[in-house]
Amino acid sequence: MMERSTLQRSLPALAIALLFAATVFVAFMEIDFGEARVDDEGSVAGDYIRNGTNQTGSANLVTSVVVNYRGFDTLGEVTVLFLAATGVGALLSFIRKDDEKEPGKKIEPSFILNRGAGLVLPLILLFGVYIFLHGHLSPGGGFQGGVIIASGMLLYYIANPGKRGAHRAFSILESSAGLAFIGLGIVGLMGASKIFLANDHADIGEVGMLLSAGMLPLIYISIGLKVGAEMTGLVERMRGEAS
Amino acid sequence: MNGAGLVFYGGILLLIAIGIWGILSRRNLIKVIMAIAIIETGVNLLLVSVGYISGRSAPIVEGDTGIGLVPEGQVVDPIPQALVLTAIVIGLATTAMALVAAVGYYRKHGTLELKSWSYGITGDREVKK
Amino acid sequence: MNAEVFIAISAVSFLMMIILAVMAVRSKDLIKAAVLLAGLSLVASFVFVLLRAPDVAMAEASIGSALTAIILVYAIRKTERYEEGHRGGDRK
Repeated sequence: MMERSTLQRSLPALAIALLFAATVFVAFMEIDFGEARVDDEGSVAGDYIRNGTNQTGSANLVTSVVVNYRGFDTLGEVTVLFLAATGVGALLSFIRKDDEKEPGKKIEPSFILNRGAGLVLPLILLFGVYIFLHGHLSPGGGFQGGVIIASGMLLYYIANPGKRGAHRAFSILESSAGLAFIGLGIVGLMGASKIFLANDHADIGEVGMLLSAGMLPLIYISIGLKVGAEMTGLVERMRGEAS
Repeated sequence: MNGAGLVFYGGILLLIAIGIWGILSRRNLIKVIMAIAIIETGVNLLLVSVGYISGRSAPIVEGDTGIGLVPEGQVVDPIPQALVLTAIVIGLATTAMALVAAVGYYRKHGTLELKSWSYGITGDREVKK
Repeated sequence: MNAEVFIAISAVSFLMMIILAVMAVRSKDLIKAAVLLAGLSLVASFVFVLLRAPDVAMAEASIGSALTAIILVYAIRKTERYEEGHRGGDRK
C-alpha cells in the first residue's frame, strides 16, 4: 500500500479548493449584495418587470420569463431532460443483463407505509397538478409540479414493490407532452408575431384568473406532464429489479 | 462589499470549496458524484443571490395589494431565478446519468475506487490495478 | 425583517450547510452521505426563500431532497454501501 492516506491527500486538496474560493471571492467583491441593478437604464430585467404582467398576463414574473421571454432556453432544457432520460434507459439496458444474476433482497413495505401511501398518494398527485396548473398565478410551475407528481409515483412504487412500472404508458405520456410543447411553439411561430412560443392565439384575459395569460398555462401543463412522466420513468428504471 | 454580501458570497464560496475538496480528495466514484452535486447546489445559490435586491419582495404580482400590475421597484430580479430553475432540473438529469455510468463502471471493474488510473493531483505514484 | 436578523439567520443557515457538506464528504457510509446531501438541499431551499425566490425554493426542495437522494440510494444499492477501508459502522 504505497498510496498516501486519505488525510495526506486531503490537505493539499483543501488548500487548492480554498485558494480557488478565495480567488472567486476577490472577484465577487466588486458585486454589491442586494444592490438594485434592475433599476438601471436599459436593464433587460427592469423591462421584464415593468411589462411582464401586462404583456403576458401572468402574475408570476418568473413564469413569464421561463415560458415566454426566454422560451428557447426552456426548449433547450426540455431537450436535455429528454436526452438524459433516454440515456439512462439506454445505459441501464446494458447493465440490466448482469442484474439478473443477482436478484437482490426484496423488502416488504411496513404496514404504515402500505396504508399511508394509499391515503396520501391521491393528495400528492392532486397537489402536483395544482402546482403546475397555477404556474402563472402563484409560485411554482411545470417543473416543480412534475417533480411532485414523480415523487408521489415513487411513493406508490415503494409501497407496492410487486407492481412493475408501467413503462410504456409513461413513455407515451412523456413523448406526447413533449410534442405538445413543440406544437404550441410552432403555433406561435405561425401566428401574427412569427415568434416561437408567441402568446397571440389565446386570450390574455384578466390577471389572476385561472384561465388567463394566453398560452402560458397550456405550455406549463404540457411541461408538467412531461417532466412528471419523465422523472417517474427515470426513477423507476434506476430502481431495477430489486424493490 | 457590505456585511450581508460577506456572509452570502463567502458562505456559498466556502460550500463550493468543500465540493471541490471532495472531488480532489475522495476516490470513491459515487462520493465524487455527490461532491459535484454539492458544487451544483452552491453555484445555484450564488446565481440567485446575485439577483437579490434588499428590501424588495418575490417576483409575483398581487393584484389587490396596491402594487398594481407594474411592480416597478418592488420585486427582485426574476431572470436569475428563471435560469437557476432550469439549472436545478438539468443538474438532476446529469447526476442521474453520472450515477448510471458509475454503476456500469462497478459492474465492469468490480470496484468503485478510482485507484487503477489515478495519478491524482496529490501525486499518488503507485499505479495500482 | 431587518438587516441584522436577515444576516444572522442566513449566517446560521450557511454554517449548517457547511457542516452538512463536510460530514457528507467525510462519511464512509454512502447512504449516510446521501441523506446528509438531502438535508443540505433542504437548508439550501430555506436560503432560497430568504433570497425571495419561492419558485427556486420549491424546485430545490423537491428535486434536491427527494429525487437526488433516491437515485443516489438506488445507485448505492446496486454497488457497495461502504467506502473502502471501513467495514460496517462509521466511527468518523
